Amino acid sequence: MATREVEINNYSLNFGPQHPAAHGVLRMILELDGEVIERVDSHIGLLHRGTEKLIEYKTYLQAVPYFDRLDYVAPINQEHAFALAVERLLGCEVPPRGQYIRVLFSEIGRILGHLLNLGTHAMDVGAMTPILWAFEEREVLMCFYERVSGARMHAAYIRPGGVHLDLPAGLTDDILTWCERFPQVLDDIATLLIDNRIFKQRNVDIGVATAEEALAWGFSGPMLRASGVAWDLRKAQPYDVYDKMDFDIPIGKNGDCYDRFLLRLEEVRQSLRIIRQSIEEMPDGEVTTLDPRISPPRRAEMKRSMEALINHFKLYTEGYHVPEGEVYAAVEAPKGEFGVYLVSDGSNKPYRCKIRAPSFAHLQAMDFLSRGHMLADAPAILGSLDVVFGEVDR
Amino acid sequence: MKIFRILKSFLLLEFAKAHWLTLKYFFKPKVTLNYPYEKGRLSPRFRGEHALRRYPNGEERCIACKLCEAICPAQAITIEAEERADGSRRTTRYDIDMTKCIYCGFCEEACPVDAIVEGPNFEYSTETREELMYDKEKLMANGDRWESEIAKRLADDAPYR
Repeated sequence: MATREVEINNYSLNFGPQHPAAHGVLRMILELDGEVIERVDSHIGLLHRGTEKLIEYKTYLQAVPYFDRLDYVAPINQEHAFALAVERLLGCEVPPRGQYIRVLFSEIGRILGHLLNLGTHAMDVGAMTPILWAFEEREVLMCFYERVSGARMHAAYIRPGGVHLDLPAGLTDDILTWCERFPQVLDDIATLLIDNRIFKQRNVDIGVATAEEALAWGFSGPMLRASGVAWDLRKAQPYDVYDKMDFDIPIGKNGDCYDRFLLRLEEVRQSLRIIRQSIEEMPDGEVTTLDPRISPPRRAEMKRSMEALINHFKLYTEGYHVPEGEVYAAVEAPKGEFGVYLVSDGSNKPYRCKIRAPSFAHLQAMDFLSRGHMLADAPAILGSLDVVFGEVDR
Repeated sequence: MKIFRILKSFLLLEFAKAHWLTLKYFFKPKVTLNYPYEKGRLSPRFRGEHALRRYPNGEERCIACKLCEAICPAQAITIEAEERADGSRRTTRYDIDMTKCIYCGFCEEACPVDAIVEGPNFEYSTETREELMYDKEKLMANGDRWESEIAKRLADDAPYR
């Protein structure tokens, strides 16, 4: 009997924007050959808010809250980049204590970001438990955020010139206590996943990016380091007091999803080291620059002195004028290099504020990482890319 | 060594370890809060629902300087002011569009007389959008209701501001 020839066409499948594994409002059109992915077409823009344009119409202080809303899983790191950019244009120096507090909260932000990714990545490949543990710890960290800034997520804490308020009494002790307890949770997450054969089958050798590919596609952060390139802005171009911190940069060997997971796990441990050091070495003193042209006077003084009151009014209406010029400031955000390119025309508002979001560069790699893999690998690859749509769409 | 690996794999050792671990977690105390009967702790800096405060003698604090209106990044505040019969400047209209507000706390920072504050209340969800367009009456009522709480929070945080 002659076999009948069956024609199977490629078909396209919509992945998201409502798919639970699509990490926000990502819509991917997958072209499949059977179950093998032939092409991935990412459609973005569903969360576009025009942040860059809006910032052109706000004073420098008013622009700060927009940065919380970019990568909203680690808000303070974004503010840090903006504050550094403005400070470089202003030529203003942040007092040492302010710099230490910034580093402390940037590292807490990194743990926030990595914990979310470790949990969701594991859940994308079917492990339900780690995300619950990760979110429990995230809640503790967000309590630290709340105690220092007044908001669990949208902190508006790091301002050009320093940080908003000093740390409340007892906060550093609580953070240190947490630092003692937290590695146990990391060990437990590692016990559940690292040797687990299902987790390995879903991640090892999936979505491999070589070092050349990673550089060519503009990777940064854990994505680049997982491919074996030891590039970390905290070491390469230290900002604030990172040059005084003693920490290691873990790098991966294979550049697959499994390496990226292990690398983030190790980076959390390194962040803990930085947190301990920054608390132990934190000097006393001011937390924000005393330059009256940039930072408003303290409340008690504002209520007593006429000059201070006038300055207060000036700073909260007109804001400060930033000298003409352009600057690019980048920080090592949890997801990679988060940069702010700021052009000032000498007025009190930015002329242009370009935001370089790491997730955006990583998302474009989805196509070449997924080609030839099975449909079920797409969530694993996407999970390991660690995209957050707040900053992809801006 | 290879025999050990085969044995480890065959005996499902990593699964046994993971099951033992999750079993230990099963008997740990629960971390969830039984909301609304239990609530998390809030710091004195928490930024919640807005309120307009009064002086202890009952006089409203706001002098309509409009700093909060100017600094508000979301332009959620609208103020109109007039001279009152006794010659003092007071607001005739103080509206906050709570759907626009981003709870950045800049209004509280900017206020020179501690009139507008973001209080500790975060449970003010409504069924309609209109109810979130707060006017002066609503904000003053909030201030009266939360005054003792707000005053304590401000006093607690005063050394840092």
